[in-house]
Amino acid sequence: MYRYSDFDEAFVRERVAQFRAQVERRVDGSLTEDEFKPLRLMNGLYLQLHAYMLRVAIPYGTLNSGQMRQLAMIAERWDKGYGHFTTRQNVQFNWPRLTDTPDILDALADVEMHAIQTSGNTIRNVTADHFAGAAADEIADPRPVAELIRQWSTDHPEFQFLPRKFKIAVTGSPNDRAVTRAHDIGLRMIRNDAGDAGFEVIVGGGLGRTPMIGKVIREFLPRADLLPYLEAIVSVYNALGRRDNKYKARIKITVAETGLDEFQARVDARFAQLRPQFGGADQDMLARIEGYFAPPAFRSAPLGRYETAREADPAFRSWTDTNIAPHKAEGYAIVTVSLKVHGATPGDATSGQMRALADLAERFGHDELRISHEQNVILPHVHESDLPEVHSILGTHGLATANVGLISDIIACPGMDYCTLATARSIPIAQEIAQRFDELKLEHGVGELKIKISGCINACGHHHVGHIGILGLDRAGVENYQITLGGDGTETAAIGERAGPGFSAEEIVPAIERLVHAYLDLRCGRKESFLQTYRRLGIGPFKAALYPERVNANAA
Amino acid sequence: MTRRRHSPKVVTGSSLLEGDTVWLTADDRWTRNMSEAELLEDEAVAEDRLLFAISQTDIVVGAYLANAATSRNGPVPVHVRETLRTKGPTNYVHGKQQQEQPVALAGYFEGV
Repeated sequence: MYRYSDFDEAFVRERVAQFRAQVERRVDGSLTEDEFKPLRLMNGLYLQLHAYMLRVAIPYGTLNSGQMRQLAMIAERWDKGYGHFTTRQNVQFNWPRLTDTPDILDALADVEMHAIQTSGNTIRNVTADHFAGAAADEIADPRPVAELIRQWSTDHPEFQFLPRKFKIAVTGSPNDRAVTRAHDIGLRMIRNDAGDAGFEVIVGGGLGRTPMIGKVIREFLPRADLLPYLEAIVSVYNALGRRDNKYKARIKITVAETGLDEFQARVDARFAQLRPQFGGADQDMLARIEGYFAPPAFRSAPLGRYETAREADPAFRSWTDTNIAPHKAEGYAIVTVSLKVHGATPGDATSGQMRALADLAERFGHDELRISHEQNVILPHVHESDLPEVHSILGTHGLATANVGLISDIIACPGMDYCTLATARSIPIAQEIAQRFDELKLEHGVGELKIKISGCINACGHHHVGHIGILGLDRAGVENYQITLGGDGTETAAIGERAGPGFSAEEIVPAIERLVHAYLDLRCGRKESFLQTYRRLGIGPFKAALYPERVNANAA
Repeated sequence: MTRRRHSPKVVTGSSLLEGDTVWLTADDRWTRNMSEAELLEDEAVAEDRLLFAISQTDIVVGAYLANAATSRNGPVPVHVRETLRTKGPTNYVHGKQQQEQPVALAGYFEGV
């Protein structure tokens, strides 16, 4: 993985030193909160409902064991012994003291991490396919490109005060695990008919208050044109984007109001100006970065106990059925470690669990870890012969839950338990749904079903692209939950359709249960997923299941 | 002209150093326990107390007026968000509830 240069190291250390002095000046009264707030946000420090919250960037979700151990240390020393992995492949600490945050940032710098541009109207942490560099279906590893974009966007002088925040995602695989169509810019690495490598560029996607699926602005962008083209898009957005209305400030609105053709013409004109300024230094840098992402030395070994363990141990078999994905190297597997124990907080890991994951990565996984936007941890390179032992060790740390992709593998934002923006709690709803379906012993029979929960309209929990989406709202001081159906965050992206009136906190879990039972009654065999059934039949029968009293009223 | 009915308020915000929830008392202190807060039944007084709170920039961040109700034990929250602020999150016994007697999560909203 990427290693800091002397320049990177000096830059990050200097930012920490600046922030240390800023915190001192805030505490001694030299800076007011109005002056200090943008400075702390530039360093990822938010003020939430009960405490400060530090959001740390995990670039394109990639960590090594040393970094994971440092996160464990930080959680233990300065927080409450756990970290929360987020839907943007970041980690958040929920309880730091203001005066400790410079020390935390220094500890992060010790392992080449930081919290820069995890807030503010800047280009945020670039996200990527969490199976990058490992997936069997991958065309190319997206991480070198993501790292190049990170270096270009970090402290980019033109883009520190954009109309609104800006999120870029990259995938190197045709199966989109990075939700590229719901980002301000999505990049899909492709090859054209001549076999040249390039990108399909998608612009203007996003969730939040006005969810939109991104539009293709360039069907094939040659690889060497990437940075000038990105710079052209962000530059046009920076000029046109609406600063008069926060709710209309994202690029999706700019593209919608300007029209894709006009927006594209402006981008092309700007690109023509910018392209000559990129004389190839970016491509030299990309080549150098690629060197850091050389595949590990995969070993060829017999599969050993893998098949016999599958035969002998139903728990292991069940786990391999759900938590293992095909690897590009012969004899290897991608392990998704679920952070979704039934009834636990989605995405939370204790310091002990982080250390266990670091040890496993070091011992069995070529020292690599990934954080997925679905709030799980990935061991991307595990030899199949090691899977029984990995599973057994995970089990001793409460990390062997066999539910990846199932109904209890729920994305949930922190919601009103922590977040000042939230209008309802998300975590308890996720906990109750997972526990209920565990009690019913239904989830393996139900199969693939993605539930995503947001505690407010900003949609950090990606509810619009959940097969079942849940949006928590405030109805006269009482939490109320709206359901959307048929959302999809993959290459067949779709925004879910609102089913109807919301449900109270007490009603929402039974409502989900009715939906799932309706699906089980309606599906054409076990192979037809919830989403497929929904697409075949539309929302009608699911609405009928959600609101039986209406059906009865109509029949009467 | 009829005056709009004012619902009782408390002044609340976050402490600068920890970000912990605090409330303004009648004797100009900041308390971490809402029951000690000053209940402001008059709108003009409430606005005045908020201005005082906002001026305490080296102690408190983001002061605002929150609706509150009276109880035998002093002011209590009326909105679920403010209830969460008096205790802490519901997924762990962290925050204010951690410092109090152990609170069973099932009984979280009882006695509010």
